[in-house]
Amino acid sequence: MSLPLILIWKEWKKNSAAVTSEKEFVSEAEFSKAAESPPRRWVRISIWAGLLGILALVGFGLVRAQQGPVGIGSRAPEFTLATFDGDELNTADLLGKVVVVNFWASWCKPCEQEALELELAYQLFKNKGVEFLGVDYVDTETEALAYLDRFDITYPNGPDLGTSISQAYRMRGVPETYIIGPDGRISAVQIGPYTSVDQIVAHIELALGQ
Amino acid sequence: MIEGIGFAALVISFLLALYGAGAAAYGATRGRAEWVESARRAMLLSWPMISVAALAIILLLVGARYDIAYVAKVTSNSMPAYLKITALWGGQEGSLVFWSWLMAAFASAVGLRKWDRDRDLLPWVIVVTMITLAFFLSLIIFFENPFSRIWITAEGGQAFAFFRPEGAQAASPVDGQGLNPLLRHPGMIIHPPMLYLGFVAFVIPYAFAMAALITGRSDDRWIRVTRRWTLVAWLFLALGLILGGRWAYDVLGWGGYWGWDPVEIAAFMPWLAGTAFLHSVMVQEKKGMLKHWNMLLIILTYSLVLFGTFLTRSGVLSSVHAFAQSAIGPMFFAFIGISFVVSLWLLLKRWGELRGVNQINSIVSRESLFLVNNFLFIVILAVLFLGVIFPLVSELFTGQTVTVGPEWYERIVGPLFAGLLLLMGVAPLSAYGSSSWRTLGKLIWLPVAISLVIPALLLITGMRSAAAILGYWLASLVAIVTLYEFWRGASARHRRHGEILPVALVRMAGRNRRRYGGYVIHLGVVLMAFGIIGIEVFQTETQGTLARGEQLTLGRYVMVYEGLTRFNAEDGREISRAELSIYKDGRSVGKLFPRQDFYLVQNQPMTIPGVRSTLEEDLYVLLVGWEPIGQGGATFKIYHNPLVNFVWLGGVVFILGTLVAAWPDREPETVRRRSAHAQALPAGD
Amino acid sequence: MRRYSSLLASLLVAIVAMGSTLTETALAQGDQPTDDEVNAVAKGLYCPVCENVPLDVCPTQACKQWRETIRDKLAQNWSQEQIEQYFVSQYGDRVLATPPASGLNWLVYLLPPVIFIAGAVILGGAIRSWRKVSRTVAQPADEPSADPYLERVEEELRRRD
Repeated sequence: MSLPLILIWKEWKKNSAAVTSEKEFVSEAEFSKAAESPPRRWVRISIWAGLLGILALVGFGLVRAQQGPVGIGSRAPEFTLATFDGDELNTADLLGKVVVVNFWASWCKPCEQEALELELAYQLFKNKGVEFLGVDYVDTETEALAYLDRFDITYPNGPDLGTSISQAYRMRGVPETYIIGPDGRISAVQIGPYTSVDQIVAHIELALGQ
Repeated sequence: MIEGIGFAALVISFLLALYGAGAAAYGATRGRAEWVESARRAMLLSWPMISVAALAIILLLVGARYDIAYVAKVTSNSMPAYLKITALWGGQEGSLVFWSWLMAAFASAVGLRKWDRDRDLLPWVIVVTMITLAFFLSLIIFFENPFSRIWITAEGGQAFAFFRPEGAQAASPVDGQGLNPLLRHPGMIIHPPMLYLGFVAFVIPYAFAMAALITGRSDDRWIRVTRRWTLVAWLFLALGLILGGRWAYDVLGWGGYWGWDPVEIAAFMPWLAGTAFLHSVMVQEKKGMLKHWNMLLIILTYSLVLFGTFLTRSGVLSSVHAFAQSAIGPMFFAFIGISFVVSLWLLLKRWGELRGVNQINSIVSRESLFLVNNFLFIVILAVLFLGVIFPLVSELFTGQTVTVGPEWYERIVGPLFAGLLLLMGVAPLSAYGSSSWRTLGKLIWLPVAISLVIPALLLITGMRSAAAILGYWLASLVAIVTLYEFWRGASARHRRHGEILPVALVRMAGRNRRRYGGYVIHLGVVLMAFGIIGIEVFQTETQGTLARGEQLTLGRYVMVYEGLTRFNAEDGREISRAELSIYKDGRSVGKLFPRQDFYLVQNQPMTIPGVRSTLEEDLYVLLVGWEPIGQGGATFKIYHNPLVNFVWLGGVVFILGTLVAAWPDREPETVRRRSAHAQALPAGD
Repeated sequence: MRRYSSLLASLLVAIVAMGSTLTETALAQGDQPTDDEVNAVAKGLYCPVCENVPLDVCPTQACKQWRETIRDKLAQNWSQEQIEQYFVSQYGDRVLATPPASGLNWLVYLLPPVIFIAGAVILGGAIRSWRKVSRTVAQPADEPSADPYLERVEEELRRRD
């Protein structure tokens, strides 16, 4: 693809010496100053700067769009969850434990597939150094509480106020689950619902083993 | 087998495009005409090759080859055959092939024309078109292959690839997902091809412009040669936008036709730049002015075409339309960046050679008014671009993203469009060269006086919206001035030739198609403005839940809920249809049947409104929700849209006007008559 | 929106005043906010989940729940601003149909007039310098032709060129 570009460059070099314009009756007096010389230096610089700025901006947007969710091994973003029960839980206080962060919503049909499994896994690992946190993404409180009631979920759940938590995790949709290891780093990521308790157990044991 | 042939055809076209670009550039720089001719042949051959690939896709689609990933994605057993064919552009991979097919077709059309006068431009036109084609083909071949198969990997997961991955087996699904129900509407079938036609056709004037820059020519030959291409591209883009609006109105169920969605704007921006370009090239042709500006405009239009295509595919901005995010985003970004930078650089290098006679004698001369026209279009363009890009800016600097909604756009862009309406009313009466305020005033005072009747009438009948009154006044001014222009020309012909007025009108328009076609387009815009102001300013709505027999009132309309029926359609839809009796001013005006179609396979509902359309207004009823039959009631939303059908009517007039303007000259007997006294003048187009 | 919000408001009053031919929902009668009142507030909000869909037209189940939330808040006599603020605190700034005029967002309200003025200045400058050129060049100015036929002849000659 660069060959034509190189040839264009050569062609321009040749042609700039011998330029013809067809059928132009332009008298000397009509040589307008503005039409001849290239635009002033500052105009050119500002045009290029503006163009580069826009390209950089769009490039940034592109990078963001291409980025996936927070990946395994990276530091888990810290957050504070204001639970439906009225407590405030900060993940920083949970360092040293395995934390299962599950994003869900009452209007999300696939989330229902894993709700019972998650509660079961919670019961299995209760008091064994594993914490479960449910983050309710973009939901209404009445429906959320009804959902929790329906599946008898007992671990702490709270709304993702201002969508700050899901943004920090670069979440794309619900449900998604992030298992944070005792070192505060992401140990496993589950996009979409868990299909069985064994899957959840496997992820947790992996994190516990670290 | 078919997919093998198809993929091979794509690869061959890609190689042909690369070869064409290289050979043409080589031939031009070395002065070897035979290389350029070889490049032209390669360009001509690329189109049949891509046609083979497109045909292969269609055969796979119609043949229910669900082992091919693309076929499974966009077709299903329940879809009728014609929809399966149009599913060619229903998904990312197929639409890229369709784009490339159009690009090859247009490039070949250009390659087949008589090149005697512009031999030196030919190689560079080939270079530009073939590089663009090669880019799109590379996206298809390396990232979005429509011939990829579905494989089942050794671990039991799914993989998509053309060549068999290690240890995987071919899958053979018995049904596909099917096209998104939203896309199964006649408007949605034609809307993408129209838009693509517009987008791709704009590459041709751009290619000629680049050729002119590279060869150092400073005349406007490139404009004259591509004049019809520009008009046709602009026409299709406009048609695509109008059809998109009609589709949104018919099936998206929000009672409107334009949502200021980023992807709508992404297609609108090239049209705005193209309109500015259409007008300002007239100034260059008549007066030799604005050479740099026209170059800049065509570069801008082309870049916006690419940018618009990029925005809809890369996931940078999400919207109702956007194709799923994919790996081609960065490729597009690089291509747009490089081509814009190279084009700008070429323009700046040739700046001095583009000598023009930039002079203006009066602010109200036609060239000056065209400049104001361009100014307004570019400001609108810049504002739209700002709105589209601002959520990114906000996210970058504050971490929070914001939504730039219709209110922001309409408030800023409304007055600017009003300014354009005003120009449409004034500019036809101005003349090139020196028009003084006095001469213009002499011509315009009467139309203005007549047009003031409209706001007076509106005020008397109780209209209080300042925006609507102003809009209607300007629209009627444009209508009066434009009709006056028709009358002026026709009556002059009538005086001279004794033809009766209708004949004089047709003959006159026939002899100056561009001008009078343009005036018809302006009339189309006036009609659309009537409709747009009507629906935007005076739309009313209401919503309510009704039990059977109950009624809902909106303005002069009363709507009675008769009942709800549910049944299954053959193509996998579960339909719930409500029956409503409509009364206007107490008199029965018929029944409406809004419904909800539930597509079982995609698990997706579609709300189809029941609409009563007259020239005066639309009564637009949506079935929003319902209880099971027999219990409770149903919720309906009614919109009253005054004058909305003028938008579609205006659109038709608009298209007709463009056809008039673009129609090629014929009539050998007139040519003979003309050539007699045109002998002394240089040969025409 | 403000253009016809007053029109809409008077329409609402008219409808309500007519003794309401709108049926009540299954819930309690009396001061339940009507669908129109809910929609009027929802118009200024966007669906937090589905991108770029206004809340009053969004058909999904989640959007229905949010509209019900608006209805509850209206029944508790919350104002439109209060409801919008509530949604912002729950779901972020992007749920508003226009960017709130705070912080960086001033830019999106400031830039359009700036763009217009900058463009006008450039345009004015260009026209002015090109008029200067026309004055230094002693050329006979084209006369605006009062005779449309003559003008058409000139046009045609120019077209032949």
